[in-house]
Amino acid sequence: MSDSAFLGMPAFPAAARAATGDAQLRHNLRKATHTIRDKRASVVGELDDWPVLRAAGAAIKDRTLRHLDTYLVRLEESVRAAGGTVHWAADAAEANRIVTGLVQATGETEVVKVKSMATQEIELNEALAEAGITAFETDLAELIVQLGDDHPSHILVPAIHRNRAEIREIFLRTMRDWGVPAPDDLTDDPRALAEAARVHLREKFLRAKVGVSGANFAVADTGTMVVLESEGNGRMCLTLPETLISVVGIEKIVPTWSDLEVFLQLLPRSSTGERMNPYTSTWTGVTPGDGPQDFHLVLLDNGRTDVLADTVGRQALRCIRCSACLNICPVYERAGGHAYGSVYPGPIGAILTPQLRGTSSELDASLPYASSLCGACYEVCPVAIDIPEVLVHLREQVVDGPGHRAEKAAMAAAGWVLDDEKRLGAAQRAASGARGLVPHTLPGPGSAWTDTRDVPEIPAESFRQWWRRRNKGRDKGGAE
Amino acid sequence: MRVALFVTCLNDTLFPRTGRAVVRLLERLGHEVVFPEAQTCCGQMHYNTGYRREAQKLAVRFVRTFGDADAVLAPSGSCAAMVRDNYRRLGAPGSRLAEEAAALAPRVYDLSELLVDVLGVTDVGAYFPHRVTYHPTCHGLRLLKLGDRPTRLLSAVRGLDLAELDGAAECCGFGGTFAMKNEAVSAAMGSDKARHVAATGAEVLCAVDNSCLMHIGGTLDRSRSGVAVLHLAEILASTEQEPARL
Ligand code: SF4
Repeated sequence: MSDSAFLGMPAFPAAARAATGDAQLRHNLRKATHTIRDKRASVVGELDDWPVLRAAGAAIKDRTLRHLDTYLVRLEESVRAAGGTVHWAADAAEANRIVTGLVQATGETEVVKVKSMATQEIELNEALAEAGITAFETDLAELIVQLGDDHPSHILVPAIHRNRAEIREIFLRTMRDWGVPAPDDLTDDPRALAEAARVHLREKFLRAKVGVSGANFAVADTGTMVVLESEGNGRMCLTLPETLISVVGIEKIVPTWSDLEVFLQLLPRSSTGERMNPYTSTWTGVTPGDGPQDFHLVLLDNGRTDVLADTVGRQALRCIRCSACLNICPVYERAGGHAYGSVYPGPIGAILTPQLRGTSSELDASLPYASSLCGACYEVCPVAIDIPEVLVHLREQVVDGPGHRAEKAAMAAAGWVLDDEKRLGAAQRAASGARGLVPHTLPGPGSAWTDTRDVPEIPAESFRQWWRRRNKGRDKGGAE
Repeated sequence: MRVALFVTCLNDTLFPRTGRAVVRLLERLGHEVVFPEAQTCCGQMHYNTGYRREAQKLAVRFVRTFGDADAVLAPSGSCAAMVRDNYRRLGAPGSRLAEEAAALAPRVYDLSELLVDVLGVTDVGAYFPHRVTYHPTCHGLRLLKLGDRPTRLLSAVRGLDLAELDGAAECCGFGGTFAMKNEAVSAAMGSDKARHVAATGAEVLCAVDNSCLMHIGGTLDRSRSGVAVLHLAEILASTEQEPARL
């Protein structure tokens, strides 16, 4: 996984601390996540077969991943038969090389982009820019991020950390550098902002000869790519250009159209809280005289086969990027997406990024701990990824690695005391004896607790001491 | 019925009054409580922080100590969930630990489950004339799926006025070592929870887990809200003759 944009990021706790102090950011995030999470809850609640759909979604993904080799070859054959070309990319660098080469072969220096996580993961825009090719993001929120020279902070709503006033300011300041400028009298009315974006983007759609996309699903049987979006901008990119290049992670495969049906129910309700997705585009290779006449599919591994090899961690590959886990997560809501230092923020990021990138950097090693294990993410996940289970599994890998000496020593000491009831009893008596000495604010690591919370008082007698005393009294026939 | 009490290391050391309340309550209802003294800790902190080997040792000890019990009561939602939900992950499939843990799991209960499902009571004859709000706790809500058992028990308490808590399902931000490792986010979550609690006008916040209550209570105390925290057992044990200490 490529990570140059995030190199040098502080570990999660430090980045999150900064975010919790940003009142505007917390307000923006709270409002946005609560709105989407409530919408999701109400449309999911309408379906009495939701648990069955969810189980079916998980089962289809698991079965496909178990036989991924078979389905990948089937997909390649179907795409070829439909007139498309298939490329295999082992990592980000190879994928970027392939796409850059394909664009250069057309002689063009501009591409229009459909919102795509895979191309962000490999940092395709940056790679294209190095080759003198400009990539225009056409999803409204991605456009805001691109114009603001910013990073996305949410899978589905990349500019969730921005409010209307900030968006107006960005449009007024930077649209002119990228193409059609925003009108001088632009207000922060959502309709006015959308209209400015529409005018700005329309010119790009009509001019572009090359489109770049990802795909939400790839149907192996027919070689069909599927993109779900809400604006119709994606459909412009998928139909108007002459050449279309789709970069798709190898885990996006579904075997058949009837498998796809399950996900077309799960995804919109989980992501935008809609019963049906507004714009669902499907295309199969090339159709003569209609749409792009040159189609390339770049199948991306970039660490996914390593994830597949981990029997606990592999469930992360079921993810359909709905972002329900982000919207429900109390940690994401307060820390914001940037603290996760990856294009995949929130609970899914906390289990996917350390698997794709490893846990050797301080940031990546801190991600499995960016959760209170409250389990809300697992509960809403439409493909039943047990995120807390994977988090704990990844914590075990971090603990098995180097570093964290003080914590390991403390945990070993606690383990030793707790492994014998007599040692525990002795420790309790020592604590009770010193109870008058415990101050209300603790120095050193203890201050992490007492900066914001009082410490409980240590009781004079532990439960087990009381129990003994009471039983002794009883043996003698006395009261407790 | 004879109930084996797993008091939990946190209650044993810091909140013995919860353990004493459990004993008083169950004996009042005519049941026998035993306290196997070999017990220490379920291993939750070690497991959740990634210290699998230490957690395994403690799991083996737990299963050895409680394996024969008819019913094990853990007056802590997260510890009950640890034994029921996570022990099966600690032993390799087919190992002795995995098998013994699977056999024991269905006999491990949280207090509200033991009372409502096993002993078949919702009115335990308690008296507690105060306005109370209930925080469901993540493990109680999502792992044990306690549902309305605790609030049914509370509603049956004479004199008790139950106030609904806004954003009840949201985590309080404790999360064991999370409270230390991500202290800024943990504190932000805790202060939002404390704000919702204070807004109910309740005198007492009740939950089935003293770890969450220690975190929310510590935050409430720091803000001088005047709201006390009490484990469910202490409210249910409370009577006119022996009222719970606020
Ligand atoms: S992990 Fe589940 S809830 Fe989160 S984005 Fe993926 S599919 Fe959606």
